Amino acid sequence: MSTPLEHDYIGLAETSSMERSSEKISFSSSASSVPSIEGKTSKTANDTCLNLKETELRLGLPGSQSPERKPSLFGKDLENNDKSNGFAGSPLKNLVSGAKRGFSDAIDGSNGKWVFDMNGKSDVELAKCAVLASPRGGLDSKTNCQQARKSVSVMKEVVGVPQSPKLVQDKNNLVPPVNEHASAPASKAQVVGWPPIRSFRKNSMTSNLAKNSDESTGCIYVKVSMDGAPYLRKVDLKTYNNYMEFSSALEKMFSCFTIGQCNSNGLPARDGLSESRLMDLLHGSEYVLTYEDKDGDWMLVGDVPWEMFTDSCRRLRIMKGSEAIGLAPRAMEKCKNQN
Amino acid sequence: MESFELKRSKDSVNSDQSAHWSSFPDEVLERVLSRLKSHRDRSSASLVCKDWYHAERWSRTNVFIGNCYSVSQEIVVRRFSRIRSVTLKGKPRFSDFNLVPENWGANIHAWLVVFAAKYPFLEELRLKRMAINDQSLEFLAVSFPNFKALSLLSCDGFSTNGLAAIATHCKNLTELDIQENDIDDIGGSWLSCFPESFTSLEVLNFANLTSDINFDALEKLVGRCKSMRVLKLNRSVSLEQLQRLLVNAPRLAELGTGSFSQELIVREYEELESALSNCKNMHTLSGLWDAKGIYLPALYPACTHLTFLNLSYAALQSLELAKLLPHRRRLKHLWVLDTVEDKGLEAVGLNCPLLEELRVFPADPFDDEIVHGVTDAGFVAVSFGCPRLHYVLYFCRQMTNAAVATIVQNCPDFTHFRLCIMNPGQPDHLTNEPMDEAFGAVVKTCTKLQRLSVSGRLTDRTFEYIGRYAKNLETLSVAFAGSSDWGMQCVLGGCPKLRKLEIRDCPFGNAALLSGLEKYESMRSLWMSACNVTMNGCRLLAREMPRLNIEVMKEDGSDDSQADKVYVYRSIAGPRRDAPRSVLTL
Repeated sequence: MSTPLEHDYIGLAETSSMERSSEKISFSSSASSVPSIEGKTSKTANDTCLNLKETELRLGLPGSQSPERKPSLFGKDLENNDKSNGFAGSPLKNLVSGAKRGFSDAIDGSNGKWVFDMNGKSDVELAKCAVLASPRGGLDSKTNCQQARKSVSVMKEVVGVPQSPKLVQDKNNLVPPVNEHASAPASKAQVVGWPPIRSFRKNSMTSNLAKNSDESTGCIYVKVSMDGAPYLRKVDLKTYNNYMEFSSALEKMFSCFTIGQCNSNGLPARDGLSESRLMDLLHGSEYVLTYEDKDGDWMLVGDVPWEMFTDSCRRLRIMKGSEAIGLAPRAMEKCKNQN
Repeated sequence: MESFELKRSKDSVNSDQSAHWSSFPDEVLERVLSRLKSHRDRSSASLVCKDWYHAERWSRTNVFIGNCYSVSQEIVVRRFSRIRSVTLKGKPRFSDFNLVPENWGANIHAWLVVFAAKYPFLEELRLKRMAINDQSLEFLAVSFPNFKALSLLSCDGFSTNGLAAIATHCKNLTELDIQENDIDDIGGSWLSCFPESFTSLEVLNFANLTSDINFDALEKLVGRCKSMRVLKLNRSVSLEQLQRLLVNAPRLAELGTGSFSQELIVREYEELESALSNCKNMHTLSGLWDAKGIYLPALYPACTHLTFLNLSYAALQSLELAKLLPHRRRLKHLWVLDTVEDKGLEAVGLNCPLLEELRVFPADPFDDEIVHGVTDAGFVAVSFGCPRLHYVLYFCRQMTNAAVATIVQNCPDFTHFRLCIMNPGQPDHLTNEPMDEAFGAVVKTCTKLQRLSVSGRLTDRTFEYIGRYAKNLETLSVAFAGSSDWGMQCVLGGCPKLRKLEIRDCPFGNAALLSGLEKYESMRSLWMSACNVTMNGCRLLAREMPRLNIEVMKEDGSDDSQADKVYVYRSIAGPRRDAPRSVLTL
C-alpha cells in the first residue's frame, strides 16, 4: 500500500485524502500527522484545501489555529514566547500535571502545571484526554486500534467531551475542545520531555531568544516563509544595511525569489520603491516579498525606509505575485499617509 | 614485576599439594587488588572466593553505586571500611526530561549522615540525579575535614547558599563541579566565601549558574590557585573579564568561557587573542555563549591542541564553523548546535579525521515550523570523513534508512548511537518506510554497541534486530516506537548484557513486562511510561519477583487500572521507605 491507512485515535480512518496528497512527509501514528503536516498543507498553497480548513470544525487547544487562518497569529509568536505552549492540535501531548516543569515553565520561570483557560475543564481532564489520545508508534496494528477505541470510551466517561463525535472529522486535532477565549498562541503542541533535552539547555536556548528580541542593538530575527517552500527560515535583519543586501541574501536562500530584479534597475534616491516600480515588480515577477508589520498588516516590502522596515517588520512572507496584487494599493495608501 | 611474583608464588603453591589459596598473604593480595580501578573488575574479583572478597573490600577506596536504592547505607559501610570517594546516582534518567514526579526521592542526606560516622576521611562525592539541599551541603562541608572534590550533575534542591557553605568550610577543596543542576541561583556572593588563605582549587565549574557573580572575588581566587587546570565560567562573565582571568591562569587545560559577544575595541580583542594563545595546555574549550562570528578568530591560535570543542551553546552558522575547523585537526570530541546545518557537518568531515565523538543539539527543538537544522546528509558527510567515530548524539528532523546504513558502514565502531528524529514516529523521509532497517544496520554492523537510542517510525522489526544482534548492548532508550508486546519481548529475550531499559509511549503491555521476569534481576533498572502496562501486571511482577522493587507513579485523573509510569529495579535493600505518596511501591 502506498500510504498506510491512517487511523485517528478513535480508530476511524481518515476520509479526507486531499490534505494527504500535498504532504511530503507522512506519519504513521494515527493522529500524529499533525505538526508538520499542518505546516506543510498550509504552506503548499492549495486553495481548496485552505477553504476546507476554514470551514472545518476544529478541536484544538486554546488559541490553536492553523497558520493560514490567521497569519498574524504567527507574528505574535515572536512576542509571546513566554506563552507559547502552543497547541495546534498535536495528538502527541502528554500533559502531566504532576511533572516538574513543562516547557512554558522553563520559559517564563513559573512553577506549576500546564495551565489552560478552558471552559470549566480542569487541566486534569485535559491531561487525561491528551494522555489517552497520545498515539502509540506504528499504529497499523489492530491492537492499537483497539487501544485507541478503548481510550476513547474511557475518555468519554471521564471527560464527558460533548463534541467527541466531531473529533472524527479532523484527524489533525486530537485534543479536547478548544476554548475560544483562551490566549495561548497557535504554535505546536509539545509532548512533555520531548525531544529529550535537559532543562539547563532548554532554558539557555530560550533565554537566547528572549535576549535577542529585547536588545535593540542585538539581533532581529524574523521568520521568512515562502509559498510553496516546505520550510521556513529565520533571518537576522540587523545583518543587512539596505534592501539590496537583504533581497540578495533572501534570493540566495530561496533561489527563485525575484525582487532582486527590481533593485538591480537601481533604487530611486529615496530608499524605497516608487509606485511605478512597484507595479513593474508585480507584473514582472512571480513572487513578491511581503511582511507583517507591528499592526498586523501585511505590506509589500520596499515601501518604507530600511530602518523603519527593520523596526516594524515582524515576519516575512514570499508570496505569489497574484496574491499580492491586492496589497499594492493599500501599501501605497499607508505609505502616502505616513509621508 | 608483581605479576611475575604472583605467578611464582602460584606455582609454588600448586606444587605443594596441601597448599591452599588462603595461604596467599593477605597483604600481597590486597596490594594487588588495590591496583584494580574498574569497579566491575573489583566486583568480579570479589566473587572468586572469600579471601578475595575480603581483600577486595578492605582495599577498595572508591565505591560506585549506580542506583542509590539498590543498596542501603548500612550494607555499604559494613562491607567497605576505607572509602575515600563515593559516586551515587539517583533518579531514573527520564527525570531529566520532567517525567519523574517531584519529591520522588534520591535524597542524599541519609547517606551523608552515615558517611560522616563511618567515613570521616571521605574526600570525594560525585552525585548524579540526586536531591540535595543546602542543609545537606552545609553538613557535608563541616563533617569531612579532608573533603576535596564535589561534583553535582543534574541534581536539584539546592541553592548558591549551599555552595557558599562549601566554599567557607572546605579548606582542602580541589574540585567544585556544578553541572546542569536545577539550582536556585540567588547570587554570586558564594565566590567570596573562599577564604584568602585558600589556594588548593584545581577544578572550578560554575557554568550552570545564571546570575552575575562577584568577579572581583573570582579574579582573586583564580590568581591565588596556581594549580587550577579546569575553569568553566558562567554566561555572566564577559570577554574582557575572561581576558583578565586568563592572564592569571595560562596553565588551564580546560576552559569554559562566558558570553562570547561583548563589543571589543581592537586593543581588547588583541589582548584576548594573546591571552588565549598563551594557554598552551588547553585541550578542552566550551561555553562560548552567544558567540559572534567576528570574535571567533580570537580562538584560532589558542586551540591548536584542542581535543574537545563544545560549541553547543554557540549558534554558529555553517561558514563560521567551516572557518574554525581547519586548525583543529586533532579534535576528538565535538559538540555543536544544528545551526551549522549539513554544510557545517561537511566541514567537520573534511577537517576532523580523528573525530571520535559528535553531538549535534537542536537550536529550536520545539519549533516545527522551522525545518532547517541537520539532516541525513550531514551525518553521512561526517561518517565519510571520520572513520573513528564511535559516539554520536544526533538530533535531526529527517533521516533515511539508506543514510544510516552508509553511516555505519563507514563507522563500524560505534559504541554509543543515539539518534533522535525529533518528530515522533516519523518514517524514512524518502521512502516513507519505517526506520527499522536503519537500526537493523546499526546493530548488525556495530558489534561493540553499548548504548542505543532509537527514534522515528519503528515496528517490532527493529526490536527483533536489536534482540538478535545487539550482543553488547547495555542501555536502550525507546520512545514512540514498536507495534506490539513482541517488540519488547525480543529485546528482553535477546541482549544478554542489557542493564538499563527505558521506554516511553510505546504499545508494550503486561505480556511484554512479564516476559522479562528473569531478566530484571540482572539489570539495573527498567522504566516504562505511557505504555499499556496495568496495575495488575505490575502486581503480578511484584509477586513473582520479590527482590525487585516495583514503583508505580500515577498521573492525576488516570484510570485506576493503568500503571502510567513504572520503575522496576533490583535491590538488596528491599522496598524503600522514603517514597512520596505519589509513588506506589508494590
